[in-house]
Amino acid sequence: MARLVALEVHVLTKKVTFSHRWLPYLLVAPQIAITLVFFIWPASQALYQSVLRQDAFGLKTEYVGLANFAKLFNDPLYLQSFYTTITFSALVAGVSMAVALVLAVMADRVVRQATTYRTLLIWPYAVAPAVAGVLWWFLFNPTIGIAAYALDALGYDWNHYVDGGDAMTLIVVAASWRQVSYNFLFFLAGLQAIPKSLTEAAAIDGAGPLKRFVTIQLPLLSPTVFFLLVVNVVYAFFETFGVVHATTDGGPGQATTILVYKVWRDAFQGLNLGSSAAQSVVLMAIVIALTAIQFRFIERKVEY
Amino acid sequence: MVERRPLLLFIQHAVLIFGAAVFVFPIYLAFIASTHTAREVNSGLPLLPGGQMFDNYATVLGEGLSTAGAPPIGLMLMNSTIMALAITLGKLVISLLSSFAIVYFKFPFRVLAFWTIFITLMLPVEVRILPTYEVVAQLGMLNSYAGLSVPLIASATATFLFRQFFMTVPDELTEAARIDGAGPMKFFRDILVPLSRTNIAALFVILFIYGWNQYLWPLLVTTDESYYTIVMGIQRMVNAGEETPQWHLIMTTAILALVPPVVVILGMQRLFVRGLVEVEK
Amino acid sequence: MTLTRSATAVAALMALGASPVAAETEIQFWHAMGGALGEKIEEIAAGFNETQDEFTVVPTYKGNYTENMTASIAAFRAGEQPHIVQVFEVGTATMMAAEGAIKPVQQVMDNADITWDADAYLPAVKSYYTTTDGALLSLPFNSSTPVLWYNRDLLDEAGIKDVPQTWNEMFAAADKLQASGHECAFSFGWQSWVMLENYLAWHDQPIGTKQNGFAGLDTELVFDESEDLTTLLQRIADSQEAGTFRYGGRRGDSLPLFTSGECAMWMNSSAYYAGISDQAEFEFGQAMLPVNTDAAETAQNSIIGGATLWVLEGHPESEYQGVAEFFNYLSSPEVQADWHQFSGYVPITTAAYELSNSQGFYEENPGTDTAIQQLSLNAPTENSRGLRFGNFVQIRDIINEELEDLWAGNKTAAEALSDAAERGNALLREFEGSNS
Repeated sequence: MARLVALEVHVLTKKVTFSHRWLPYLLVAPQIAITLVFFIWPASQALYQSVLRQDAFGLKTEYVGLANFAKLFNDPLYLQSFYTTITFSALVAGVSMAVALVLAVMADRVVRQATTYRTLLIWPYAVAPAVAGVLWWFLFNPTIGIAAYALDALGYDWNHYVDGGDAMTLIVVAASWRQVSYNFLFFLAGLQAIPKSLTEAAAIDGAGPLKRFVTIQLPLLSPTVFFLLVVNVVYAFFETFGVVHATTDGGPGQATTILVYKVWRDAFQGLNLGSSAAQSVVLMAIVIALTAIQFRFIERKVEY
Repeated sequence: MVERRPLLLFIQHAVLIFGAAVFVFPIYLAFIASTHTAREVNSGLPLLPGGQMFDNYATVLGEGLSTAGAPPIGLMLMNSTIMALAITLGKLVISLLSSFAIVYFKFPFRVLAFWTIFITLMLPVEVRILPTYEVVAQLGMLNSYAGLSVPLIASATATFLFRQFFMTVPDELTEAARIDGAGPMKFFRDILVPLSRTNIAALFVILFIYGWNQYLWPLLVTTDESYYTIVMGIQRMVNAGEETPQWHLIMTTAILALVPPVVVILGMQRLFVRGLVEVEK
Repeated sequence: MTLTRSATAVAALMALGASPVAAETEIQFWHAMGGALGEKIEEIAAGFNETQDEFTVVPTYKGNYTENMTASIAAFRAGEQPHIVQVFEVGTATMMAAEGAIKPVQQVMDNADITWDADAYLPAVKSYYTTTDGALLSLPFNSSTPVLWYNRDLLDEAGIKDVPQTWNEMFAAADKLQASGHECAFSFGWQSWVMLENYLAWHDQPIGTKQNGFAGLDTELVFDESEDLTTLLQRIADSQEAGTFRYGGRRGDSLPLFTSGECAMWMNSSAYYAGISDQAEFEFGQAMLPVNTDAAETAQNSIIGGATLWVLEGHPESEYQGVAEFFNYLSSPEVQADWHQFSGYVPITTAAYELSNSQGFYEENPGTDTAIQQLSLNAPTENSRGLRFGNFVQIRDIINEELEDLWAGNKTAAEALSDAAERGNALLREFEGSNS
């Protein structure tokens, strides 16, 4: 779901508000307490880690300043991982939105059966990433996978263990799978909210289905498109480590080592807490940047 | 339909049917695997159901998976349900309350409270999981339902979405309530919460699935098998090292594990979809 | 019915009478064995628990090797650590460097009130886990070594009578296979372990300086200096063109290539025995790894993989008595032989091997002693006793990545190996920095 932040200069309230001496504090208390104990405190420890060099067990600790960061940005492979992540995110957002949009437009047009199709397309959203990984492994295994077999029959020698392009395709497909369900729901709802009178009027003027889509429906969908763009990019950036973990392990070579997978791997497998923490600080900076972009475009241009 | 174009209509259905088929295919495959024997699954998966369905499901549900190295499936399903529900309800309650406070009250430290909550959106869970574990251990919450669920409640997704929705609620309603002499909690209970019904439904679905699908966190905080969740159980069966995983039973379990989230989604589909769209608007 | 019931009642009463207050001390044991092996561990623990009533060993599955190790370390940092944790061989350096967190097994056994002989273990198994002055750090538990798996039916069809013993024979066999219409001759898994670490040990060449890291943290990787390894890997990469070699992924992901009959030979852990017999619909066998005659006339010995049991600090001294007793039970020939025969792991004590032999296990399952013969072919040298590099989990990933670049044709063997060594050395320096 959206790791979406309204970065507002003024944190808005209603024009009409209640006033009470202690009630608001009581209301925010549970969430503040849980956040402080289970988020702020551990997260600040993670941030503190980024300026330390420490062995895995926490027995020897040394303050190293910004050395962890310096090392990161001097590492060509880390920079390459940025590039991989951007490619991956663009592909996931593009593919999952395009496919979802096509399906939603079709479903919107077959009014009566729309709900049936929606029911069918909603399923992948419920599958746990840990289970989805197993399913993709089965489908694309170069030796016993059905998808690999079908591609082979079409004359394409699929082997994501060797070919970086194949591996990227695999994680894009696997990551988009679930996201298409999600995008589809939004697009369909957005389309159904567009008054039928508008499209009907255009039809009477002789505009064909494609023209009506481009001139009427698409502009009216633009807030949804923009919202989903941000959500999908954020999803691809931060919530896809499970997909990579279950399918390619970041390989072959470093072809599918995206940033969040690297953070996870360096912390969990490499037990390199300092570097991993430094990477997460960089990721935080990216989230803040994405948030700022979202604020500039969505909160300003799109009127709610 | 604005006009009748049989060819277009045909194409539309064809695209949709094809799309739906492609998207459901992996799940179909899991189901197929759950109807065959181990050997059939391992030598390249067939495309049609086999005759082992009842045996496999009976094995998984009846004897449990002791030979595949996991605790009884009923217990794991129950643990998953408890964890998912606790996370969902916990998040909903604290988020409704805190976003109500933030939107409808002006009070000192309001902005600070806002940011304290919202900053949780900014750090990937995987990164802070080890220090979070230490906190949970120090509080003595390992091997408990509280340890499984409470730390995952610390996220602002729901708060953010409720806030967005509350901002769209017409001020006239608040005015009217105040003129009627209704206190804030009465307004909250009688007007705001009922208005948020579809949003609550949408978040319920999203959060339930989020909670149900957790893997790394339950793995860390439990050592007692009586707290294992179903997703952990599946991973344990998959992770057979140099042995052959029992794919037919794994897929049977995977299908069973899929039932509760799918029931939740389908059952709440209408509200879910409406809520999603209202929230984001 | 009545009889059983009263028997149960009596047993319950006796149990109550035996320990009215003092509950048995629990020994926590975190392991990474899913599937049927996990069940087996529970069976072994239950077996131990029945032999005495002072301690209860509680085995807990904590995910795969990586997850189990991370969970244990996280638990240690929080003061909730188990007594015993199963760690894979490449985690050895990390565990060893954690002085104050681990309790060397030698010390646990020496302090405890039992008789125990470390020399009961096979030298090739033991040497991997001992300090340079011979003290055992962790208890070998599940060990394996790479062997050459072959598809007898395919070799017969191609008219290959003897299983290749050298790399030249491997390539000659590949030609024969292709002449008979079969494309893929061989594949392998766990490539760093099989084709690099074991290749070098097998030919008595160093993987890194300082006795492969045993003698100090200031060790450096030198595997890129082996010319015969470079030439061989290049030859393998080039043979992909003809389809002789097919790369099937990291770890055991290439297993289906062998079991489906696509590739005639497969080099990987001997512990795949159960998996292969489950799936293969052809006659198969295991043989020793091929020798590269450009490098050595005969083989040295192979090195092990798998995991050992480490003891963590921070529990009352009395509880370590329970750990020691459990370890002693684990090492007994009966338990070891049973574990070996059930799992396909190498028997790690000489007595367990002999017991299995006298039980006729190797006669009934021909080839299952290949691993142990490879391991004990010669007394281990500095090059073949194993390796001890920090951050080795990541270094293996680097080697995976660089070799994949070789298989994909992005790099030559020389480039891939030297890049792997360079990147690996950077991680070794980092490990040295944070542990000294």
